Amino acid sequence: MLVMEKNQLTEEIEVLIKKYGKERSSLIPILQDIQKQHSYISDYAQQEVARLLDIHPVEVFSVISFYAFLNSSPKGRNIVRLCQTITCDLAGKKNVASAIERELGIKFGQTTPDNKITLEYANCLGMCDVGPAMIVNDRVYYKLDPEKAVSIINEIR
Amino acid sequence: MEEKRKGAVLFSDYERGSAIKKLRDLSREDILFELKESKLKGRGGAGFPTSTKWMLTAAAKSDIKYVVCNADEGEPGTFKDRVLLMEYQALIFDGMVIAGYTIGAKNGIVYLRGEYSYLLDSLETYLMKMREDNLLGKNIAGKEGFDFDISIRLGSGAYVCGEETALIESLEGHRGEARNRPPYPVNTGYLGKPTTVNNVETFASVTHIVMKGGEWFCKHGTDKSTGSKLFSISGDCSRPGVYELPWGTTIQELLDIAGAENTKAVQVGGASGICLPKSQFDRKLAYEDAATGGSIMIFNEERDMIHIMNNFMEFFVEESCGQCTPCRIGNAKLLEGVKMLESGEYTFKYINKLKELGQTMQVASKCGLGQSSSNAFLSILENFKDEIFNVRKGGNHGN
Repeated sequence: MLVMEKNQLTEEIEVLIKKYGKERSSLIPILQDIQKQHSYISDYAQQEVARLLDIHPVEVFSVISFYAFLNSSPKGRNIVRLCQTITCDLAGKKNVASAIERELGIKFGQTTPDNKITLEYANCLGMCDVGPAMIVNDRVYYKLDPEKAVSIINEIR
Repeated sequence: MEEKRKGAVLFSDYERGSAIKKLRDLSREDILFELKESKLKGRGGAGFPTSTKWMLTAAAKSDIKYVVCNADEGEPGTFKDRVLLMEYQALIFDGMVIAGYTIGAKNGIVYLRGEYSYLLDSLETYLMKMREDNLLGKNIAGKEGFDFDISIRLGSGAYVCGEETALIESLEGHRGEARNRPPYPVNTGYLGKPTTVNNVETFASVTHIVMKGGEWFCKHGTDKSTGSKLFSISGDCSRPGVYELPWGTTIQELLDIAGAENTKAVQVGGASGICLPKSQFDRKLAYEDAATGGSIMIFNEERDMIHIMNNFMEFFVEESCGQCTPCRIGNAKLLEGVKMLESGEYTFKYINKLKELGQTMQVASKCGLGQSSSNAFLSILENFKDEIFNVRKGGNHGN
């Protein structure tokens, strides 16, 4: 990481701490914002958050590793989360999943080589009456079939 | 988007802010009295009396107290809070203001699950409007000294954070691991202060009770389960959606309403609930019979019960927070057992051991997740043993 990038990241985190406060309870909102901006929370970002909140870096890492939506390694710019829980499963999740996998040439859990899209499964998204459902970044799509799902994916490609 | 059926209680008419304005003429005791009269129980599923929870938080000695709205709706098959959060914000937020007034809190926090982050903007806009109309902020509705405000915090994809002490841990910036109880949140909650944590639907019910009284609320439902309930109905039926029905409705009645045919099994209460066969469809949905936080999943004759079991157990293996052994190891062992049943490579001796393990998890786990995660496994094994042990033979699934 370049010194300039590091300095910029530190400045960003300082702004976030001003916004949320220098309390432990601000940790998750701060991490969520970093995640949103950079698609992951780098080692350096974790250390800086820890230093500025005056907690141990391991505390920061342990929180990131606990939550499914926070991650410490880079992911694609767009994250596709397909619901794998029972009603979406019975409504045809498997066909939707294979169609997306075929189209992108990667499996769930992987990221496209151009870093554009990461495929993940998620647990119940609360769209059980209109499944199968998926969330792309912060948008929710429902009543999917293979064709519809693939056309949504192609729009962000 | 989906079917919605309005009942006589929760989805009855309500003018935004009117319950808050009514607080001008009500004392804390008046509200606690009406709540007690109403016999309202927590709508998240556990069914703890709301009046008791609020009375304890109100009685706790502290200058700082908190009201927390549990909008971490993560139970598979539940989506009624999504509908409330999208279309009935007044009921929820007015209920939180009532809670703040009753227990003496100045701060309310909504813990919104990360999966619902697309609702955040509209909720924030609604809160701004409340502040403009003096329904939040200082001297609310002109009542001297009554200050209260609400902020929203997002979850980050952890089912266990729907458990109230795990939720509080998460709010404090920690891993969402449940706490030992006692002490209970009513005394030692968010940041160590007395805190009441209630479900979205509970707050919505409170708002109606303040407007129309506890006695009115009791006219609906059964003796022990008063009022109505929002049921989230999904699975094999022609009209899935959110339905408001009085407590005491039978499963068969509900299946008819939702247009379900050839039903083999109904999962009541989500992945942590129980799976009932046809012979039990006359059971009543109520705290005293088949209890549920609202999740009803319908499976028809074509569905494979082992596949369903497998899906539930995979869910719990992923979502167990891992701090206590019965839940962390127990769920993994039950999932292994399901795989054995699937392949036909099992002995009854071992399956019986797994049943005992499931029962041990119910008593030995630290929080509600582990205590209820074996319910689906045990009830499917018991209620569908013919299908599981007789129809399937040695790995041949017949398909």
